[in-house]
Amino acid sequence: MGELKLMKGNEAIAEAAIRAGVDAYFGYPITPQSEVIEYLMAEQPEQRTGMVVLQAESELAAINMVYGAAAAGKKVFTSSSSPGISLYQEGISYIAGAELPCVIANVVRGGPGLGTIQPSQADYFQSTKGGGHGDYRLYVLAPASVQEMADFIQVGFDIAYKYRNPVMILSDGMIGQMMEKVELADQQPRWTDEEIKQMHDSWAAFGKGEHRERNIITSLDLDSARQEKHNHHLQEKYRKMEAEEVRYEEINCEDAEYLIVAYGSSARISMKSVELARKKGIRVGLFRPITLYPFPMKALNAYVGKIKGILSVEMSAGQLIEDVKLAVECNIPVKHFGRYGGMIHSPEEVLTALEQLIIGG
Amino acid sequence: MDINDIVKEENLVYTKTKLMTDNVLSYCPGCGHGTAHRIIMEVIDELGLQSQTVGVAPVGCSVLAYDFMNIDMIQAAHGRAPAVATGLKRAMPDKTIFTYQGDGDLAAIGTAETIHVCNRGEDITIFFINNGIYGMTGGQMAPTTLEGMKTATSPYGRDLKLMGNPLKITELIAQLPGTYFVTRQAVHTPAAVRKAKKAVFKAFEVQKQKKGISFVEIVSNCNSGWKMAPVKANQWMVENMFPFYPLGDIKVDGELVRTNKVEIKS
Repeated sequence: MGELKLMKGNEAIAEAAIRAGVDAYFGYPITPQSEVIEYLMAEQPEQRTGMVVLQAESELAAINMVYGAAAAGKKVFTSSSSPGISLYQEGISYIAGAELPCVIANVVRGGPGLGTIQPSQADYFQSTKGGGHGDYRLYVLAPASVQEMADFIQVGFDIAYKYRNPVMILSDGMIGQMMEKVELADQQPRWTDEEIKQMHDSWAAFGKGEHRERNIITSLDLDSARQEKHNHHLQEKYRKMEAEEVRYEEINCEDAEYLIVAYGSSARISMKSVELARKKGIRVGLFRPITLYPFPMKALNAYVGKIKGILSVEMSAGQLIEDVKLAVECNIPVKHFGRYGGMIHSPEEVLTALEQLIIGG
Repeated sequence: MDINDIVKEENLVYTKTKLMTDNVLSYCPGCGHGTAHRIIMEVIDELGLQSQTVGVAPVGCSVLAYDFMNIDMIQAAHGRAPAVATGLKRAMPDKTIFTYQGDGDLAAIGTAETIHVCNRGEDITIFFINNGIYGMTGGQMAPTTLEGMKTATSPYGRDLKLMGNPLKITELIAQLPGTYFVTRQAVHTPAAVRKAKKAVFKAFEVQKQKKGISFVEIVSNCNSGWKMAPVKANQWMVENMFPFYPLGDIKVDGELVRTNKVEIKS
């Protein structure tokens, strides 16, 4: 068993990054995730593992520092919150186009605009449908606990390198700020330059040896036919992720007449709603997508013919619900419930919505 | 005497730059980019740094620099090359990292990245090609466009009241403690090319010593954007660009050697 600690979500993800052998973190402070860079600066990982931590002059610079270090085949992590992630989008599009691995955490706050510093899940569309310009996808993991904030660092890097694709850990101000017991993984060594050369010599830019052609990291191809071919390649990668990398959790779903579909903080709250409903004799289960892209379409579609209705719960005006509806192809009635703009729904509010919109609806 | 008497090692006066690829340059005939590429690649070759060097290409005419430079390269978003180079250098502190940027990239959209990379004193080299115009997008006004200069977005000439002053970013970054060697060169004559190449050498030497930023501006022409024949463009550059952007070292060994105060009419 690994080391047990009581930590904030933001601290846990930072500590997990050091332990995962991450080479570099670049970021810019923004509430409610500043503890990530504060923790890293205080820990001095340069002395623990040689990991580099740098506070950039802006989010624009931070994501492009990520682009540079990831281009060298190094493991790079960054984090921000909604308005900062909007500024990241240009860089993320380039990273996706140039097929660079990296892990980006978004500790979401309410919007639009400067919005609020309270938790929100209103960045679902931005995270799962691309976000920046062009046809691309991020692999999006949604932690529902401090433990998962820590665990998804390793999961994220595994996927990032398997597919050479940026990975997003989509949490929110609640998961980032709350403290829970977390079991930390043991320290992994950082890759040596020799290991990076062995693994990534075919694409990474760390200096051209005599034995190979130069490596070029670019998202540019002025030849439209080749650019289309590159896009086909990206799409094949995403189809493979959809086939092989879907994650989800089902709680009390075996005998369910109704489902609540929720991720992250909303799933955590809805677990209590399910408990309250069961006490009242309502047979409801919780379906929790863990990967928001690729969304567990097939797993959710399997409930067609088995349940009477779905309540899609999220701290937004209704974004997740679009994927839920796509998954069940109009064969199950689906309704949305959620507080937003920084407000958090209570388990009782979710239960009331279930009773009124789904059972009584 | 037949040809074999002439083709001999001792008669060799020029060979193709080893670290330039065989791809046909995408630059207009008469443009300074090709020469700037060549001297940088010559110096990297002469210093034996090919396997140790990663370059960062900008957005602008030199967006395809990686097609011509036979080293590992990264193409950066518009203006972000200094941030990309920072990521590279922090991740690989012993590698030689340079950016190659135009005036729009470095002195307009990337001004924040330029100033902060210089202020942090990253151990990288910046090559700044200043031709006072946006070449690739078709000759629009640049941050370095001179007063009165006609471009596609200043068709009646740059009006300082409306459009602001041309930005002397090189003098500006020379004031920052993170810069160690700052110079302004040109590549329009053989003598200028030799001087510029010496500056490129010095820039990479400074990087090897990890003294901070080495910054080489090359004032260049844009005959297409300026709508002049190559020779005329070079003349115009000498007569108009050089008085405002005077050639020579600005900061050497961390010390300012020239203040370059030029009066700007208002």
